[in-house]
Amino acid sequence: MMIRFADIQDHLSQFRVGIAGAGGLGSNCAATLARSGVGTLVISDFDVIEKENLNRQYYFTGQIGMKKSVALKENLARINPDVFVIIYQKKLNRENIPVIFSGCDVIVEAFDKAEMKEMLIETVHEMMPGTPVVAASGLAGWGKSNDIRHRKIDDMLHVCGDEATETSDDLPPMAPRVGITAAMQANVVVEILMKK
Amino acid sequence: MDITLNNRPETFERESITVSELLELKRFTFRLRVVKVNGILIPKEKQDSTLIHNGDNVQILYLMSGG
Repeated sequence: MMIRFADIQDHLSQFRVGIAGAGGLGSNCAATLARSGVGTLVISDFDVIEKENLNRQYYFTGQIGMKKSVALKENLARINPDVFVIIYQKKLNRENIPVIFSGCDVIVEAFDKAEMKEMLIETVHEMMPGTPVVAASGLAGWGKSNDIRHRKIDDMLHVCGDEATETSDDLPPMAPRVGITAAMQANVVVEILMKK
Repeated sequence: MDITLNNRPETFERESITVSELLELKRFTFRLRVVKVNGILIPKEKQDSTLIHNGDNVQILYLMSGG
């Protein structure tokens, strides 16, 4: 069977994807999903863009000082105005995650802190059974491209990353490995949605 | 008993083992992690009491900061 990109885009336009965090992972993953034609993106982030973020996050110098969620919505509209983008400027927790991401077909875990990653996975499993989570773990530093991989834990949990490197002062997160991981998360989302 | 641990076969000399014992035995010492047994997430407070049996599928995911 032949399938053209227009057909893929048509199919993906039916779905709603939640993105928890709009930093390095979330902003890049959202851009890739917007290009792919996912219908609705629900993005939550309370943070403001700082100069240091531009080493990996999908923002521009003129956007420093803006709320990440607002700036990302602006950037996504420039990439693909057909994507419906819903933003929340909220710090996510066990109470608001099921409300904010209600109706999402997949949720992308795009946090920085490990505690938040754990909290999101636990909350979605507990409160939103049947909603797959695509998480990221291990993407600090540079090089070792092939150590970053996708592991399907089961239908409800996927992880992208090397599951080993943690960010620190001498192992900062950088555009190449964060970008690989974010694109890999987006690729898993597309794979899940194409089967629906 | 024979189980699957992170997609690999593992054999233990016992008939069952708790999640906490397994974590200690296999030296999964990193604090931030998610444990699933047969697709069910086992929260920290239940890891001492949840038993793993022959044929179970155990998945352990370490959560590293960075994003």
